[in-house]
Amino acid sequence: MKIAVQAGDFDVGFEIRNISKNSKIGAVASFVGLVRDVAMTLEHYPGMTERAIAKIVEEAQSRWQVMDCTVIHRYGALRPNDQIVLVAVTSTHRGDAFAACEFIMDYLKTQAPFWKKEQTPEGERWVEAKLSDDKAAESWR
Amino acid sequence: MKVKVLYFASVREKLGRQAEELELPAGVATIAGLRSHLRARGGVWAEALADAKLLRAALNRDMVPPAAAIGAGDEIAFFPPVTGG
Repeated sequence: MKIAVQAGDFDVGFEIRNISKNSKIGAVASFVGLVRDVAMTLEHYPGMTERAIAKIVEEAQSRWQVMDCTVIHRYGALRPNDQIVLVAVTSTHRGDAFAACEFIMDYLKTQAPFWKKEQTPEGERWVEAKLSDDKAAESWR
Repeated sequence: MKVKVLYFASVREKLGRQAEELELPAGVATIAGLRSHLRARGGVWAEALADAKLLRAALNRDMVPPAAAIGAGDEIAFFPPVTGG
């Protein structure tokens, strides 16, 4: 399992190859989140962030058959089209890989201490949390 | 008892403060109690910590509900609902 909170970019192909080397793995599901439209700065809570993501991954491992998992989330200044987050999950079969990947993403949205501040033409503004994200996380209960 | 309090994102900006060490009076024993205690400072403190729906808290780096009990040496953080991913 790899959890990284970093300023730098990541290589999706490299990360996926890295967790796919076990011959028992039959499926890799991955999600990549990108910056849409406007530049932003991502703030996080050093020390809590990795811990919060690890708890989410542990919960996913208790629910589905997960062989390995990589979560990378960036912070700092990001521009449109930059990669923000990668969740990659390996399993013997696709059902568990898809479900665990979506679960980790949905929980990350509401439980991991990151905050986006957008640089719009009208000035800076903090992105507000969406009710739909809370609903997505709750739907797994 | 002494605790460390951290503020993040829009809460940090509104308060103009990132972190502080605080000596709490007896009777302040929960996250909710600490929030009331801080709001009593008035001004931006009363404002920035006013809406419980727009406030989240962590205790020793775990997200917790307002009723969570706090103790000496704890690290408490206040921040808005998270927007990562």
